[in-house]
Amino acid sequence: MLIKKPDDIKSSEITDKKYYLTRRNFMRGAAFAATTAATTFVYRRFAVPASPPVKGEKIENVQTAQAAESFPPPPGEAQTSYEEITNYNNFYEFSTGKSEVAGAARGFVTRPWTVAVEGMVQKPKVFDLDDLLKIAPLEERVYRMRCVERWSMVIPWVGFPLAKLLQQVEPLGQAKYVAFQTLLDPKRMPNQRTDVLEWPYVEGLRLDEAMHPLTILASGLYGETLPPQNGAPLRLVVPWKYGYKGIKSIVKITLTDRQPPTTWNISAPDEYGFYSNVNPRVHHPRWSQAKERRIGEFSLRDTLPFNGYGEQVAGLYAGMDLKVNY
Amino acid sequence: MAAPDIKFTRFVLFTNGLVPAILLAWDAYHQKLGANPIEFATRATGVLTLVFLFITLAVTPLRKLTGANWLVKFRRMLGLYAFFYGFLHLLTYVWFDKFFGAREIVEDVWARPFITIGMASFLLLVPLAITSTKGMIKRLGGKRWAKLHKLTYVAAIGGVIHFYMGVKADTTIPITFAVVLAVLLGYRWVKGRMDAATKNSTLGIQTPPR
Repeated sequence: MLIKKPDDIKSSEITDKKYYLTRRNFMRGAAFAATTAATTFVYRRFAVPASPPVKGEKIENVQTAQAAESFPPPPGEAQTSYEEITNYNNFYEFSTGKSEVAGAARGFVTRPWTVAVEGMVQKPKVFDLDDLLKIAPLEERVYRMRCVERWSMVIPWVGFPLAKLLQQVEPLGQAKYVAFQTLLDPKRMPNQRTDVLEWPYVEGLRLDEAMHPLTILASGLYGETLPPQNGAPLRLVVPWKYGYKGIKSIVKITLTDRQPPTTWNISAPDEYGFYSNVNPRVHHPRWSQAKERRIGEFSLRDTLPFNGYGEQVAGLYAGMDLKVNY
Repeated sequence: MAAPDIKFTRFVLFTNGLVPAILLAWDAYHQKLGANPIEFATRATGVLTLVFLFITLAVTPLRKLTGANWLVKFRRMLGLYAFFYGFLHLLTYVWFDKFFGAREIVEDVWARPFITIGMASFLLLVPLAITSTKGMIKRLGGKRWAKLHKLTYVAAIGGVIHFYMGVKADTTIPITFAVVLAVLLGYRWVKGRMDAATKNSTLGIQTPPR
């Protein structure tokens, strides 16, 4: 830094204090500074909070080759950055602000953790999470994630097909649906004290959807264990459906013969159906679903039927009117 | 309350009104608007529109409650700020959401009450901004001008409904806005009734409004 020597400025050129620091001007300056500072402070309180850095633990032995063969990652579509995936979340158990979930979910304890798999099954069982994760080899699956709010990401999940878990408990013949439930613990999930949604969060799939090889239970992303805001320690990923079908922090899976209730459908039945397949032709009552904003991109992308997985899953809905079964 | 230096206060208010826009632009330039900057900008400008509408609507009650009549001298600027942020809000939608696609916009406005109400509320502000000049007030005449500018109430109600419809489940903030608006408009209604009662009263003695 350059500091001018005092003799650079002639003393005769220095404005006399009394000319500029009159009481009036001082008061005005103070009022001006104080109000703009206050306005800045108020605005800042509502701006996007700085993102707390998160780091999962490295997951060993993630298989990529197997997944890459049958489920190639979206060609020419860049993976969304780890920072964006972990700082823009819908996880109402922690916060309804997408940028606030990461901070609110910090320190969420996910061990010990059990997942009960029950209902219409031959062998109901309560799995310890670490045992559950050994049922099948963990694979990397790069999937598009399309939120019903018209934004999307490309996420490299780590997980295994839900079918592998269901095979372990042997579903009975009359089982037609699979119901999922999130942890209910307002002490650990503070926003469960509010009534923005009915708690615990519940979701459901038809059994054939649940058994589909694209449907996975994910325990990680980017090769590391899931951070809390992304649904630690175990979440569902159904890439051809809107994001809210991907229930997080699962504690219970029930096989049933009846279509199970689902949280967003309870909240607004005319806006969110049981199926919730990504469909650019069936619009949300408040916005068009024809396009989406890929996080990190400026222009919009066309939304694809079944989020681009139509080739694999359209057959599940043969003969169904998708406008009725939205 | 003694009147402050109007010119200087106007300057302070003008700067403060601009602060959110400057911070928003600054954060956008430094990529500090989060993962979905456009969504943030849309939401921020929308909320700011309502905030400035509410501050504008607070002028009259404050004047009447405190007797600080000079407050009215700042009302036009506050109202124009509401229009300014409303315009930015609409711009984020028309530009970054629809990329100036006229057909899509018309479709949206036509088919989706959420958009219809928002658009209508903004359009109501347009004649108010146009007629905000001294010359226009003169041309219209004070009474007609005041009547026209009651549209602010409709725009504010529409704006809050639009805000409420825009959220998925957490209605806390829109409902807070609705309550504030109810107080601002409720004051006018109650005051109007009381004034009318005073006028029409045949009794000589009237209890002071409390």
